[in-house]
Amino acid sequence: MTESAAGRDKRKFASAKKMRDIMTSYYIEAKSAKETGKKVAWITSGGPVEPLIAMDIIPVYPENHGAMIGASKMGGNLCEKAGEMGYSDDLCSYARADIACSLVNGGPIGGLPAPDMLICCNNICGTVLKWYEIQARYYKVPLFIFDTPFCHTGYGDEVKRYVRRQIDEYIAFLEESSGKKFDHDRMMEVGKYSVEAQVLWQSVLDTAMTKPSPMTCFDAFFFLALIVTLRGMEVTVDFYRGLLEEMRERVKEGIGAVPRERYRLLWDNLPIWYRIKWLSDIFTAHEACLVADTYTSAWCGQLKYMDEGRFLDSMAEGYTRVYLNIGVDEMIKSVLEMVDKYGVDGFVMHSNRSCKPYSLGQYDIRRAVQEKRGIPSVIIESHMVDDRSFSESQAETRIDAFMEILRESKGKRGA
Amino acid sequence: MDVLDELRKVADNPYGYARRLKGEGRAVIGYFCSYTPEEIIFAAGAHSMRLFGTHGEISRADAHLQAYCCSVVRGALEEALSGELNFLEGAVFPHTCDSIQRLSDIWRLTTRFKFFADVVLPVKLTTESSRMYMVEVLERFARELESAFGAGITGEKYLDSIRTFNKLRAGMADLYRLRSARPGIVSGSDFLAVVKAAMSMERRACADMITRLAGELGKKGPSSNAGGGKRIMLAGGVCDHPDVYRLIEESGGVVVWDDLCTGTRAFEGMIREGGNPLEAITERYMTRLACPAKHRSLTERGERLVRDAKEHKVRGVIFLLLKFCDPHDFDYPYLKESLDREGIPSMLVELEHQLPPEGQLRTRFETFMHTI
Ligand code: SF4
Ligand code: SF4
Repeated sequence: MTESAAGRDKRKFASAKKMRDIMTSYYIEAKSAKETGKKVAWITSGGPVEPLIAMDIIPVYPENHGAMIGASKMGGNLCEKAGEMGYSDDLCSYARADIACSLVNGGPIGGLPAPDMLICCNNICGTVLKWYEIQARYYKVPLFIFDTPFCHTGYGDEVKRYVRRQIDEYIAFLEESSGKKFDHDRMMEVGKYSVEAQVLWQSVLDTAMTKPSPMTCFDAFFFLALIVTLRGMEVTVDFYRGLLEEMRERVKEGIGAVPRERYRLLWDNLPIWYRIKWLSDIFTAHEACLVADTYTSAWCGQLKYMDEGRFLDSMAEGYTRVYLNIGVDEMIKSVLEMVDKYGVDGFVMHSNRSCKPYSLGQYDIRRAVQEKRGIPSVIIESHMVDDRSFSESQAETRIDAFMEILRESKGKRGA
Repeated sequence: MDVLDELRKVADNPYGYARRLKGEGRAVIGYFCSYTPEEIIFAAGAHSMRLFGTHGEISRADAHLQAYCCSVVRGALEEALSGELNFLEGAVFPHTCDSIQRLSDIWRLTTRFKFFADVVLPVKLTTESSRMYMVEVLERFARELESAFGAGITGEKYLDSIRTFNKLRAGMADLYRLRSARPGIVSGSDFLAVVKAAMSMERRACADMITRLAGELGKKGPSSNAGGGKRIMLAGGVCDHPDVYRLIEESGGVVVWDDLCTGTRAFEGMIREGGNPLEAITERYMTRLACPAKHRSLTERGERLVRDAKEHKVRGVIFLLLKFCDPHDFDYPYLKESLDREGIPSMLVELEHQLPPEGQLRTRFETFMHTI
């Protein structure tokens, strides 16, 4: 039974167009920075962007660009180019695609605007350090490294002091690179917007607790762009307020993102950017909704450490204790919480060759989830942006087998 | 027995050696990286031993780590799970790359050694705040060792330890100079044995032996091989394969210098013998040539590589990179370009815990030697 056109329309998000518009004008502004005399800073996805916004410096995210490259299926070509430049195919494909793109101005938007400065926060991986070193050599611009020590088991006082000191160094760096004075009042305001946007984003994700869920993680992958790139701006707060309303409306009307939602799944790791639609269709055909994921919640998971009244101080801890900068046991705890919170029946793990800090440790997380909650899981392997070696048939076979197990186990539990 | 023989014996069977040490009551602590502050471990009365991972099959580790993780990490976990490393009191994990970072977690959660420590050093080594942070991290580590091994580390113990490591490193520096001045004075595989012994043997005895070895070799006449092979420099990460050195020699090369984890990067730099010992150890880390997982400069590694290659008059550079090693893989294109600009030829060999068929490697080395 296929869905009627009216049913499909009902499922479309009005906010999607709004977001595309905001992103388009953002990229236009960034690309015309030379003419408007604004400075451009490239920054890593987990980096503290708020001081940039407060300084009116345009933040640009190579990782978001990498996702766009992947989604427009241009990753394979660019990664091939990176291979010719000497970069191993085993490296992160965000980094490879971006490095190659700088040389050829390729990709869906003809390359990113050249940076005036680079801000690298290593709270997500060691890859970004190497990647930004390469770009600092290429563009010959200053590089600021915001070093967030890995928190295997806790957050020691020495870490706290070190990260806090770096916030002052960061501000001094921005003042020097932009020739402007840092405005602390403006910072307070930006901090408020940032926290507010994160609260709203969390509330948006929380609507997926409803059965049927008004959204899937594929929607979250899409709507994530603003919280990553423009948190700290008023337009972002407004946007997420609108999106939240739209979600609540759906909840009220009982509109599910997947028609006839029977299974609720949790996604782990970054998206496979070049197969989002394909994966979404497969799961929809199985009447399975990916209600939550460990990735998009990374942009609000630190709320417990944030205090908008002491934004800069609390930001130090918030940015250091992100999901990718904590031990595997802490990750297991987070995953179990999500399983319970969203009423998850099965676990889909993307073993992402591009991202070692995210993927190594997955087998232990999988075992823990299986033991503690008794839910089945499946592992799909890919290189999130480099589509040259992705095997559709293997992924599909695995998903089918997994759904078969899920059907049986859920049948037994009589749900 | 001659000194070289003794060092070779340790390098051939480091675990057998470690078991004997343990039998004598010495706690053995495994480590994986040159950023391990061994001086503190020694001062605490324990023994540090570098682990390279198995050269055998990897199966148990497959339950925890994907195949796209480097073989040092997979191989070490394999040995920890198989019981091969039961002589260890525990292990210490300085923070370097993303793979070691996760190995630390998995190790902590799945093995049952008595001692475990993370030493989360700063990644950037350029600022006063990172220096202060590093000192504090080392202080924490020292306290952990003290409480594990029940004794306070006195200033005297620190000084003795720093002197021992300085002596060892000075001896290694002499050996490196000798090898460059008189290539072939020790074969490549023997040199690797000395390097490995310097990472596994009781350090006081080892420092003595290496000093003696350098003295003896210094007195010997020029080696028979002098002027024979083409002068080669190795660059990259870990290479624990004596056969690689043999094959290079059999193909007409002779290794005169290196920039390897199992080489100069582990021995470079002396520690100040006075003042606060932890600050002195920190100073060495902040100033020695950085590994690619740390940040000291944007251009230093390339400049150093070119400078060393010129200073030691090498004909070519062989990059030995471990497959799936992100930090080294990211630096490779830029390092190669630095060499290209100066007209210094180079080749790249990807290694894993087991070598590719010998013939294949030999052909590649021979081809390279012909072109340089
Ligand atoms: S995908 Fe993973 S390795 Fe790549 S930049 Fe992001 S966190 Fe780093
Ligand atoms: S630095 Fe490279 S070889 Fe060493 S553990 Fe990390 S990935 Fe493996």
